[in-house]
Amino acid sequence: MKESTESQEVKTEQQAQNEAGSSREMAGHEIFVETLRDVGVDTIFGYPGGAVLDIYNTLYDETKINHILVRHEQAGTHAADGYARSTGKTGVVLATSGPGGTNTVTGIATASMDSIPLVVFTGQVPTDLIGNDAFQEADIVGITRPITKHSYLVKDVSNLEKVIHEAFHIANSGRPGPVVVDLPKDMIKQKAQFRGIDSVELPSYKPVTKGHETQIAKAANMISEAERPLFYVGGGVTLGDASKELTKLAEKYNIPVTTTLMGLGTFPESKSQSLGMLGMHGTWYANMATTECDVLVAIGARFDDRVTGRLDGFSPKSKKIHIDIDPACISKNVPVDIPIVGDVKNVLPTLEKYMRQPEVDEWWETLNKWQEEHPLEVPQKDGVIMPQYMIEKLSEATKGEAIVVADVGQHQMWAAQHYTFNYPRSMLSSGGLGTMGYGFPAAMGAAVGNPDREVLCITGDGGFQMTSYELATAVEYQLPIKIAIMNNGYLGMVRQWQELFYEKRYSHSTMKSANPDFVKMAESYGAVGLRATTPEEVDPMLEKAMKVDDRPVVMDFVVDEEANCYPMVPSGAALYEMIESDEE
Amino acid sequence: MANNAQNNGEKNESPKHTISVLVEHNFNALSRIVGLFSGRGFEIDSISFGHGQEPGLARITITTHGDEQIIEQITKQLHKIVDVHKVTDLTYEPLVERELALIKVYAPPSSRSEIMQIVNVFRAKIIDISPEKLTIEITGNQDKVDASIGMLRQFGIVEVARTGSVALKREFQGST
Repeated sequence: MKESTESQEVKTEQQAQNEAGSSREMAGHEIFVETLRDVGVDTIFGYPGGAVLDIYNTLYDETKINHILVRHEQAGTHAADGYARSTGKTGVVLATSGPGGTNTVTGIATASMDSIPLVVFTGQVPTDLIGNDAFQEADIVGITRPITKHSYLVKDVSNLEKVIHEAFHIANSGRPGPVVVDLPKDMIKQKAQFRGIDSVELPSYKPVTKGHETQIAKAANMISEAERPLFYVGGGVTLGDASKELTKLAEKYNIPVTTTLMGLGTFPESKSQSLGMLGMHGTWYANMATTECDVLVAIGARFDDRVTGRLDGFSPKSKKIHIDIDPACISKNVPVDIPIVGDVKNVLPTLEKYMRQPEVDEWWETLNKWQEEHPLEVPQKDGVIMPQYMIEKLSEATKGEAIVVADVGQHQMWAAQHYTFNYPRSMLSSGGLGTMGYGFPAAMGAAVGNPDREVLCITGDGGFQMTSYELATAVEYQLPIKIAIMNNGYLGMVRQWQELFYEKRYSHSTMKSANPDFVKMAESYGAVGLRATTPEEVDPMLEKAMKVDDRPVVMDFVVDEEANCYPMVPSGAALYEMIESDEE
Repeated sequence: MANNAQNNGEKNESPKHTISVLVEHNFNALSRIVGLFSGRGFEIDSISFGHGQEPGLARITITTHGDEQIIEQITKQLHKIVDVHKVTDLTYEPLVERELALIKVYAPPSSRSEIMQIVNVFRAKIIDISPEKLTIEITGNQDKVDASIGMLRQFGIVEVARTGSVALKREFQGST
């Protein structure tokens, strides 16, 4: 039974032999590279090692596929993730066996939680050594099983081509996600027929794309008759590339839109219908709109606990419509009245077709009043850079047009609140897993995939140090990423919770006693290092930074140490139970 | 699983469900299914795995319990697994369900005839005998197996091996 890999494999071997007349014999490593080209891969983020040396030997002469040598496989996986989020293409990682594979785990889990299409290729010890505790052996398929959409261990080289095609198809269809393909060393050495496959046949995998028309019509009717409708938009609209469809629908019927962290940018925040982000650090008015609305339309969103707050207090007055490509997301956390399973890009135009103009004038009066009375605050302090001010300045300097990659923590939430996001796939952040250290390497991936756009990494002094070694990669490939470190000398979000809920006992959350000099650090890698310690120094620093186009720039913003991120819904509270400021 | 009978009282507070899964016959698929239950905090009361109707396919029968929302999540999450072809919750359908158990029980001559009477009542079989012990084979639904183990417990059970339920939908039974 141990040897019972997919019995399909036996069939395909026969097929391969039947078709051998029209195909060429190649070694596994050649099939690997050839097939990657066939599925349209142009970039690999990787790190070599013993088990994958044959592949690297083939890549040595490769001209069509760009290999980016990262400094750590975790960062490589985040970079592939950033590449995927910003381009919509599948991110590709190549790592060796054992530690190479285990180093990708955090990156795979990050991608899995946010439904990001990745294919991670790992080397493996030769098949006859598997299970023997061989050198650099790890059961990577087993280790990553709970955090992948699917995985393969290739046990017959004649299946390699088919497996790669399937892996890419699974990763970037339906609800996307990471796929691991484990490649034993003998599989990439042995020869097989290369057949030039051009289609994938997976009888057990048929994601639904088209929504049920009657359900959509019912939903349209419910929204049309609503008095206080609200669109609650998530990462599904980003992944489904349905920003245009959403914007058209919301503008046409003047329906307010609030987005999750993953949905930022899918609806332009400069439009009057935008209420910004909802949730734990959402705007006051978005959270109140969620609480008071009578029809809540969740579009590619999954009712995450950071969005809903305490469930029994979440949007208590509304009927709920949920559009999602994953049926398992529907009624998982919050029961809904009208579920629609389908691809948002297909569903939204149909919804538009069936909708009539709802009466929303009164609703907008309320919403406008809330926006005036409870705006996001940008506090000022003499001679000190406030974090909110830093983000507004960055938004200004990049004209709101950069691809913003935020790490995880206070700066991430401030970036979400104060940067004006007008474009989809332009706010990348680890939303589900909350992976510190994600930001900078993901920004590298975004820069590689979007050479014509400004890439801005907003990070903290804590998070940046988790993956700062990638400065070497960014310098090597001349990636002109602007890295803005919100340096408050603390793990800011941890400190904020300790201040508010643990009597200011700042247990192990301060970094300032041993933070490096980030300017010197940047310079030692050959990057540009700049620093601003007062508000006056911010503009000149930004001006200098924006001129650099051939290397990364590290901007050390020394900010107010103990600023807190508000509004805040404390853990266990309902959305309407927000803390608005320190004074309360 | 040998303790099934003892735990039954507390376990069966929420309704029991029998879920049938048709899946690619490989270990990755089986691991994903089992991992789904442990990773998401669902429970498995019994599980059986064997070849399905076609080569390359396996039939997995899982009995579990939980409220409606949990069972809905279980079936939806199972369905998401790439190697899974079909998921059927047989609970609300007429079904045929069987489990096989081997029960080894202390059977000195003094109690042997009483045990054999119980064996007859349950239409079970004695498949091994020694001066001190009997091994009994019993087939039936889980309740029947639980009941027979309950009845035999007084004689001292040495070991129990149970297969877990297997089930299929019952076909049309004729009009009434």
